Amino acid sequence: MEVAHSTPSWVLLAYLVAGVCFILALRGLSSPASSQRGNRAGMLGMAIAVVTTLAVHEIGSLPEIIGAVAIGGGIGLITARKIQMTAMPQLVAAFHSLVGMAAVLVGAAAFLNAPAFGIVDANGAILGASRIEMILGVAIGAITFSGSVIAFLKLNGNMSGKPILLPARHWINLAIVLAIAFFSFGFWHSQSPMDFWLVMALAFAIGFLLIVPIGGADMPVVISMLNSYSGWAAAAMGFTLHNSAMIITGALVGSSGAILSYIMCRAMNRSFISVIAGGFGGDAVAGAGAEAIDRPYKRGSAEDAAFLMSQADQVIIVPGYGMAVSQAQHALREMTDLLKEHGVRVKFAIHPVAGRMPGHMNVLLAEANVPYDEVFELEDINSEFAQTDVAFVIGANDVTNPAAKTDKSSPIYGMPVLDVEKARTVLFIKRSMGGVGYAGVDNELFYRDNTMMLLADAKKMVEEIVKHIG
Amino acid sequence: MDFISILSIFVLACFVGYYVVWSVTPALHTPLMSVTNAISSVIIVGALIAAASAASPASKWLGLVAVALASVNIFGGFAVTARMLAMYKKKER
Repeated sequence: MEVAHSTPSWVLLAYLVAGVCFILALRGLSSPASSQRGNRAGMLGMAIAVVTTLAVHEIGSLPEIIGAVAIGGGIGLITARKIQMTAMPQLVAAFHSLVGMAAVLVGAAAFLNAPAFGIVDANGAILGASRIEMILGVAIGAITFSGSVIAFLKLNGNMSGKPILLPARHWINLAIVLAIAFFSFGFWHSQSPMDFWLVMALAFAIGFLLIVPIGGADMPVVISMLNSYSGWAAAAMGFTLHNSAMIITGALVGSSGAILSYIMCRAMNRSFISVIAGGFGGDAVAGAGAEAIDRPYKRGSAEDAAFLMSQADQVIIVPGYGMAVSQAQHALREMTDLLKEHGVRVKFAIHPVAGRMPGHMNVLLAEANVPYDEVFELEDINSEFAQTDVAFVIGANDVTNPAAKTDKSSPIYGMPVLDVEKARTVLFIKRSMGGVGYAGVDNELFYRDNTMMLLADAKKMVEEIVKHIG
Repeated sequence: MDFISILSIFVLACFVGYYVVWSVTPALHTPLMSVTNAISSVIIVGALIAAASAASPASKWLGLVAVALASVNIFGGFAVTARMLAMYKKKER
């Protein structure tokens, strides 16, 4: 590969520094104390990358570029300021789609104006290696874009969270993947524009088809997976542009998303393949819920709950997606403050897949000013339920289901769950007895002797409890 | 840079990514996603190259749109991450 790049070495060095800044940005997230410094390192790295690029290229039209940055940056800043913390999963999905689209556009621009990117040989044809990198970047970018758009629509409630299953979808997907491979080969072989646009179109289609059959409960995996894709798209474009900052970032983001997907899959005891195959959380297991409706259960009032908790030594609160939906985190924090005044120890237990994205519950609790050292992960707190007076489950369901440990026929069998049933009393807030969790299975916990069901909207119930404690 | 040096950077960066991301505390997984979002918009570098070149109008406009999209992500991503991180507080004693 005899590419005569006349890039000055200070430029290469600057991109390397930018890449190191991005590593530091992620490194900072190892603890909340160092995280803000890390974020600033990330901003610095981005500034270095942008300024370096502008400094070394002939700029045809600076005002237009500044205009584009101002429009985009303005939209970004306003969104970042206004967005509600409960809507973070949608926002992240939307941001992923933008990275994907940007990669597609950069790929297309590089294809149309290859000389500007320095990727042509003496005859003006695009270099073979660059063709592969380019088509790969465009394909991954397009999948990221259309997949993220579907994920956004599902998370935002514009589209049902239920999986939508096309007949023979695996065959359709396989056919499209093969077609993408075929046309990519064609593009590498002859640099045909037709092949380039076909790959792009098919990649958009496959991204859409891949995410449509995946149900709401699997969104934490999907959103992590798309995170990973957006990274690989950036890395592929980095290869095309011979840019180390982009390659380092792409590798970081790619591994980050892959690891998060792995953590989420492990927390659900599901293989990555079965999540991608989709269809989980449909109607297949509805029968189990129907037969269980008549079983006896204990129903409690806010007053009972307030009494039980204020008499307790230790209360562990288990939040789930339902807390986010009813925006109960602030009321919950008020409740914990009152309980602490009564001398009760209060802790929070977070299951890795609680909510719709990794770490979703932690952010909501942080927003409500719950100190992060009172919030514990599953493996750190699970042994404590046996010595706990009250487990307070708010808006979580499947992650507390003891059937995951005992019932081999259950779809969630083998999934690590919080041992809430070991607490002396379980208070379970639920809107009504009818609905089931996203896995579509009934929860054994509801009918236990030590469980008291609090049937109401999560936020209203917590506010009621606060009144009775106070 | 030749292909092998680029590939070396990529492979080593994958390992760095692997170890750095495992060291991220689970409580910060949401900010991790938003900040990785922001930094992956370093793709703006490619968009700027396209937008700066006057050789092809189509390529220039694609580049400008990409610059705008990546800017949404860069500013939005870092700002929302900063906003979230500012909320994580230790117990006041």
